[in-house]
Amino acid sequence: MAGEKLVGANYVPPDHVAKVTGRAKYAEDFRAEGMLFAKLLLSPMPHARVRSIDTSAALAMPGVKAIITADDVPDLPNGGEKCLTKEPFYAGEPVLAVAAVDEATAAEAVERIVVDFEALPFTTDPLESLRPGTPAARLDGNVWSAPPPPNPNAPPGPPAPAKRETLKWTDADFAAAQPGQLPIGQHVETWAFGDLDAGFAAAAVTLDETFVVQSTGHHPMETRSAMAYWQNGKLFLHLSTQSVAFTRAGVANWVGIPPEDVVLICEYTGGGFGSKGAGAVSSAIPALLSKKANAPVMMRISREEEGFIGRARTNMTGRAKVGFAKDGKITALDLFIVQDSGAYGPMGDFRSGANATSLIYQPGAMRVRAVNVLTNTPPRTQQRSPGPMQANGIMEPVLTKAAKQLGLDQVAIRHINSPEGKANYGPPLPNGQRRHITSAFVKQALDQGKAQFRWDERKAQSGVRKGSKVRGVGVTVGPHGAGSVGFDSIMTIRPDGKLYVQSGVGNLGTHSVIDLARVAADILAMPWEKVEVIWGDTGKHLPWTCLSVGSQTTHAMTRANYAGAMDAKRKLQEIAAMDLGGSPDDYDVGGERVFRRGSPGRGLSYAQAAQRAIALGGKFDGHEAPPDVNPMTKASAAALAGLGLMGVAKDTHPRDGDTYSFVVGFAEVEVDVETGKVDLVDFLSVGDVGTVVNPRSLHGQLNGGVCLGIAHALCQKLVIDPQYGLMLSRRFHHTKPLSILDIPASMPTVALGLADPETPVGARGVGEPPVGAGYGAVMNAIADAVGVDVFRRAPVTADIVLMSLEHNQRMHDPLRHHL
Amino acid sequence: MDPVNRRTFIKGVIAAGAAASSAAYLFRGPGSLLGQTSAPGSVERLITLMVNGQARRVDVMKQETLAMTLRYKLGLTGTKLGCDRAECGACTVLIDDVPHYSCSVLTHTVRTRAVTTIEGLASASGALHPVQRGVVEEQGFQCAFCMPGFVMAAVGFLKVNPNPTREQLAHGVSGNLCRCQDYDKILTSLMKGAEYLRGGTA
Repeated sequence: MAGEKLVGANYVPPDHVAKVTGRAKYAEDFRAEGMLFAKLLLSPMPHARVRSIDTSAALAMPGVKAIITADDVPDLPNGGEKCLTKEPFYAGEPVLAVAAVDEATAAEAVERIVVDFEALPFTTDPLESLRPGTPAARLDGNVWSAPPPPNPNAPPGPPAPAKRETLKWTDADFAAAQPGQLPIGQHVETWAFGDLDAGFAAAAVTLDETFVVQSTGHHPMETRSAMAYWQNGKLFLHLSTQSVAFTRAGVANWVGIPPEDVVLICEYTGGGFGSKGAGAVSSAIPALLSKKANAPVMMRISREEEGFIGRARTNMTGRAKVGFAKDGKITALDLFIVQDSGAYGPMGDFRSGANATSLIYQPGAMRVRAVNVLTNTPPRTQQRSPGPMQANGIMEPVLTKAAKQLGLDQVAIRHINSPEGKANYGPPLPNGQRRHITSAFVKQALDQGKAQFRWDERKAQSGVRKGSKVRGVGVTVGPHGAGSVGFDSIMTIRPDGKLYVQSGVGNLGTHSVIDLARVAADILAMPWEKVEVIWGDTGKHLPWTCLSVGSQTTHAMTRANYAGAMDAKRKLQEIAAMDLGGSPDDYDVGGERVFRRGSPGRGLSYAQAAQRAIALGGKFDGHEAPPDVNPMTKASAAALAGLGLMGVAKDTHPRDGDTYSFVVGFAEVEVDVETGKVDLVDFLSVGDVGTVVNPRSLHGQLNGGVCLGIAHALCQKLVIDPQYGLMLSRRFHHTKPLSILDIPASMPTVALGLADPETPVGARGVGEPPVGAGYGAVMNAIADAVGVDVFRRAPVTADIVLMSLEHNQRMHDPLRHHL
Repeated sequence: MDPVNRRTFIKGVIAAGAAASSAAYLFRGPGSLLGQTSAPGSVERLITLMVNGQARRVDVMKQETLAMTLRYKLGLTGTKLGCDRAECGACTVLIDDVPHYSCSVLTHTVRTRAVTTIEGLASASGALHPVQRGVVEEQGFQCAFCMPGFVMAAVGFLKVNPNPTREQLAHGVSGNLCRCQDYDKILTSLMKGAEYLRGGTA
């Protein structure tokens, strides 16, 4: 140990060579003896009931080994989404699956199966489904009901299933709205604080704007292919998940077996962005087929199938009425959101979006009303910044327009409204107080970014036409929750002198799966080359670990590993005191030894201490686990007991407030007014994300998140044909992701590096806050270049820009499908 | 050079008045014993491929793509399938040193040509190719599912332009998509690889 901290230093993740040589195995890279192949029969209709299925011709084919339908799939306790269905709620929903000796045979068998579908009414547009007399997505309702208020006296157990209800607005509600304006009818959920009327009365400028945030498919590079086999009563499942430890219970539920009988293998995940948060329900298909066929089954999911079953972001139509004082301070904010949760759900993006709005714009008074609508479109799930990104989309055009009207600088209006320190956010609690965050340094991030981006210099050039080109600059604060608490850690120092850290985090490329071990190595002063990280396989005895979603992993698992390493350190000190005299506090660690302070010669090497721990047994080698750790951790500790000195602990470090991170994005664009084409000239992101754990990875997370936002601003959208309810954006070129040519050749990032005071390592999460920063900053820059009223929906495509410029007014109706 | 890619293949099929069935692209089972329902004899099936410098005898269906042969017949799973329709580049391999989307190349068309996959870049002793070294050292890529394709595209491009600017190298790998959108760091790592390849500070 050279005395340098590992946390904060760059390093080569130990899996990188496997990745770059092609040896890293993702789910579809595994093979098993006698492996069959699966093909799916997908619903051709957006809403239907399966009246009958005739599989006789398919089963008669040579090579067809098994067919499963929804009848072979266990019902879920809360009526949740099954991997196969008898009542498809969206076109492309899997109805049955065939396993055969090869894929062509399986596909041919699917063609020979006769399914009698009864077409049912459907809707693809959340607003349409609120009109009187229109069809609902489900037979029992078109909107998700508000959840019941929390009942502290309720018996423990799974939460009550979410309910649906029918909600129709009146013709008068629709007639009251101006063209392009979101009508405001009956809401389902609401919260408010402050005096809204007084806030609007005090406003110098009040704006009322509607914005439509699109849906986009997640489309990780690796689709949700999976391979399953059974051995000695246990299911072995190779799948692609963001969270290894957390996925096991879900798979057990979907397949209908106890979690102990599930072994998940996922050492490498080819991206997820939320869509593989706790795995994918479709992974139950090869598991159940394999059981029925009594052979391994590979299910390869095509890109087109991924578009159907691979999840998408909730789209939102938002109307924000916002009052601004002369200095730009928001006096009142009245937000109405219609969210599209797709065929399943309910998704809570509108809640996290409203919370984020209240946090980054710090209004004096605020009301939120929302309707969470079901449509017969692909299922939504959290997508990288679920809610906060949409909130940036709804709010940023309003701020940009207000700043122009008030003659304020765009950075200044965000600065004056930005949160500071332990800022309040969200709805009022029963006691009248509001929740607060652990820390925010957004004002510093705005100041630093403004200087580094040379904002004033660039601003002076914006709006100046040069030939057919005109430039503009934009800035946005992207927020997101950035850390959970209370998870576990297991690590062992073994007689070989090495530290083995068990990691239940998914390996989706954020490197947090490995980074968290560096916290433990720092506390134990262990050289990095003597640290082994064990991950990616629930058969390897992993601790209870957070979901790798919601930017929570770095925060949650650095805390857990801090606790585990402190436990190991304490045990080293206790063993040394026992053997060498004195009290544990007389001992310190360093140089792979535990030694007496002031008398470094008196001590034990880690290898010796590991031997002693095994001899002592009990808590020292994991035979006794702390009472407060999760049962999964206890089982893993028991399995690893006796291998060495074990650090095993739950994160109980106190935290005052909820953890949020912030990224400020600065964008400069160049718009060609003769073609409407937008080019991104430059982008700078500044992260208020706490202590930096892995600088290169942080740079990648900031830019990756920003680019997802930029793609939402410029090119990506899910398109469903409203007449037939079928997805039109089936391939990458229909909903173009950013390519390497769509962004500047260099994209700098900055991290403030200010530690969060409420977590021992100081690190907060980073994956999500940059998304809204990229989305908002680029759209603001376009507005700065060509006008604040040119667009009111995203993506801002060339035709939207050009049509508005040609006619000198906005030509698209934001509420109408833009194909 | 006139590779039969998917586009020319489909054109040919359409010109012949036949329907391009999606089943034609589906994979047949591993080994010649399983599921080979089409009549043998019309096309020679047992062929020799030159892959990563080795002659490999392999049983190939006439409609089989190179990506499927590599992944399911030769065990070379480093070549990834991200879209199977020539959109994403994850399956990029070198054919006679030129990057190709192996999902859209019929295996039968590369019989006399040298195929290089990600597994063939490192030396026999395990020493990484300079571009691989650049990627490792700069921690390019995140989930890395697109990584083999990007690296092969970069290696192919650098054979033509060994000393590119960042912008030129970006063009060189612009046929590859990364959904983590780690493009900035990818480019930095590939530029480092290019430097190593030129024998810079290796």
